[in-house]
Amino acid sequence: MSDDQGYDLSQFKATYFEECAELLAMAEETIARLQEGSGSDEDLNAVFRCVHSIKGGAGAFAFDDLVNFAHVLETALDHLRSGRVALTPHMADLMVRGNDVLGDFVRAAQAGTALPPNHGADILAQLNTLIGGEQTTLKPVLATPPTAPPASAEAAKTFHISFRPAPDMLRTGNDPLLMFRELAGLGDLSLVVDRSALPQLTEMESSRSYLSWNATLVTSKGRNAIDEVFEFVAGDTAEIIITEGDAAAAFVGEAEEGEGWGLFAPPPVETHPVAPSAPAQAAKPAGTAPAAGGDAVHTASIRVDLDKIDRLVNMVGELVITQAMLGQQASGFTVESHPELIQGLQELSHHTRELQENVMAIRAQPVKALFSKAPRLVRDLSGKLSKQVRLVMSGENTEVDKTVIEQLSDPLTHLIRNALDHGIETPEERMAVGKPAEGTIHLGAEHRSGRIFIQIQDDGRGINRERVLAKALEKGLVERGQQLTDEQIDMLIFAPGFSTAAEVSDVSGRGVGMDVVRKNIQDVGGRVVVQSTPGVGSRFILSLPLTLAVMDGMLVQVGGQRYVLPLTNIVESLRPTAQQARSLVDVGEVLTIRGEYINLMPLHAIFGIENAITDPTKGLVVIVETEGGERVGLLVDELLGQQQVVIKSLDSNFRPVQGISAATILGDGRVALILDVSALRQMGALALAAQ
Amino acid sequence: MQNAAPAPEVQTGGTRQFISFTIGDEEYGVDIMAIREIKGWTASTELPNTPQYMRGVINLRGAIVPIFDLRSRFSGGLTQASARHVIIVVSVHDRVIGILVDAVADIITVSAADIQPVPELDHHDHSGFLTGLVTVDGRMVALLDLHQLFDIELVADAITAAA
Repeated sequence: MSDDQGYDLSQFKATYFEECAELLAMAEETIARLQEGSGSDEDLNAVFRCVHSIKGGAGAFAFDDLVNFAHVLETALDHLRSGRVALTPHMADLMVRGNDVLGDFVRAAQAGTALPPNHGADILAQLNTLIGGEQTTLKPVLATPPTAPPASAEAAKTFHISFRPAPDMLRTGNDPLLMFRELAGLGDLSLVVDRSALPQLTEMESSRSYLSWNATLVTSKGRNAIDEVFEFVAGDTAEIIITEGDAAAAFVGEAEEGEGWGLFAPPPVETHPVAPSAPAQAAKPAGTAPAAGGDAVHTASIRVDLDKIDRLVNMVGELVITQAMLGQQASGFTVESHPELIQGLQELSHHTRELQENVMAIRAQPVKALFSKAPRLVRDLSGKLSKQVRLVMSGENTEVDKTVIEQLSDPLTHLIRNALDHGIETPEERMAVGKPAEGTIHLGAEHRSGRIFIQIQDDGRGINRERVLAKALEKGLVERGQQLTDEQIDMLIFAPGFSTAAEVSDVSGRGVGMDVVRKNIQDVGGRVVVQSTPGVGSRFILSLPLTLAVMDGMLVQVGGQRYVLPLTNIVESLRPTAQQARSLVDVGEVLTIRGEYINLMPLHAIFGIENAITDPTKGLVVIVETEGGERVGLLVDELLGQQQVVIKSLDSNFRPVQGISAATILGDGRVALILDVSALRQMGALALAAQ
Repeated sequence: MQNAAPAPEVQTGGTRQFISFTIGDEEYGVDIMAIREIKGWTASTELPNTPQYMRGVINLRGAIVPIFDLRSRFSGGLTQASARHVIIVVSVHDRVIGILVDAVADIITVSAADIQPVPELDHHDHSGFLTGLVTVDGRMVALLDLHQLFDIELVADAITAAA
């Protein structure tokens, strides 16, 4: 067993660290909830379990620093949940920082590096003060025989514990040895094994537990501490009866006789040296941690390498193309002539779509993962900037592709920072203009018409357009005398080389400009828009694709070229009458539809396509809606049909092309370009301005 | 490999191999190691608002590959592409791109010593793309530095796109 230990351990370690990351995030999120006051006792328990699980695994791998810190934090949390210490804002803050330091220790252990010896010492000291200077380092517990309960503490009590594991307890990764070791740490423990259920050797299954134990514990720690030891096994996996009694231990006498230990049972605590963990114990975090987090929720899940999923996604993409190709080949056949073929193709199309949706769903993750960083960021920054800010979040469960989430982390952080630094005023300023002293930042996510919208809204001072314009002139981003709408001025903050912060601050001026924010968002096929009202606040809206791989499109023809219009942009299409299409000076062509005037943009003019229909009354106008909610009419020759297209990047081998968001491959093997409606609108406006 | 010249040993320290191709009467050579494949011309999809020598994109087994017209790039007018024209697919700067040429001529092996420097020609703006000249069977072959050519290409385009 010891031979393969090294080999096995690295694998378990990887799992352990993966879980640590999850647990830390979960703890942070839960603490945040507690901080807001919306948490419950169950939340405290959840945080406790997170820390406990991290500690447990760390113990198995002998990460001593991590164990020691986790232990103190755990003890403090225990005080909190037992009500011995009240959950004050200061306390909550301490928990957050404690969780951070715990994270540092985990990462140090993962990297195999050592942290400075006094890392987190201040937190440790505060935690220790909090828990009343109790014995808090774990070392004595491990090193000394468990005969020294803290003398100062409350009167020692005697507990009788009957521990009867279910036959399959060992298989769930729970090891009685660890529990007894922990029990022994609580006080004076005597243990008697009951091997009456032990079968003949020939009938014995090595992974079943046949033994049960009766223990007597003299401790001052109280019932909770004991319950905690059995926290992960109580219920289904073991029968545990704990009774309190002052009487002398009933089992102590028998304990001396307990010699013939079961073959596979751990030796008794009293005589067992603290041995390095066997792989079975090392596997413990893998077995217990998810259960700890999810409580009664039994969501069966497996870990899958992201590469494997991506391969699947690519394969489905190719399948979609093949299916489109088959459909095209069969377009000459009718249901009458080839009923089975047509029906089969319809089913294929149906199944392909379903397959694709399901595969995409594998990659989807709630934006919660992204939002969970926000509370701390806001807290830290508002402290630093002496501003009072309340963070409101909504739609955290909206799901979006994992890649999008990863790519959004930095831009979102930057936008929140920006809102705090530039948007929200100081309490004095706010009071002076009659606003509540506390500013509000709203971070929301929602799913709308096939895209995800994330917004960061603040009720601060709004964008100072005069300053933005002055700055843009100074930087040569706009020319003097150029007429810009408010909206255009606002968008200038995203221009490369633009930074409004007059003085580079610690908070916003980190060399990452808004242009980088925009670029990051564009990289995942998204777009960012800002809406701002001076004195009232600003709102940044990020519009993102649900998936990065496939979308529904409408194939349109312009001259000899075919383009794909994202279906989500299309409102309607029509062939205008001569009365509906008018040409206006300065505005270009305008279309009247049901009393509404919209701009007409001839695609052939924007893209310089020859042999296209130029008369709107002879072609088709597709009314499209941009992310900003604006409607424009795109003039095309004709609609060729709707189809699912696989998104292929243009810039992987070339570079982005304005007005084009990506490319796709049609059923005939030719490439078609996917139109970027918002960019087209801008290009149309520019083309008009140039005339 | 029909050239009768006594070919120096392949892959020895001092020799390099090139694929040579023609554009009109001119012959150019590209390092064989950069070449991914050679295929016949297939109709491409034009990209709007790109330079004339950018002939659009094609589908190369699922990848979107941009095609550059080398004749047009060297200011020789647009190639009237037909099925007899050839796309040389090369890998440059981690990108896969295709260059449209008239025909593939030869595989040539030259030793470093035979590569002549390019004379300074004021009126030619693309001499920076040429790494040298070699004479093979009395024909002059201009060796192209694709990295140089397409680095400038892509970067310059990217700048104009951003502006």
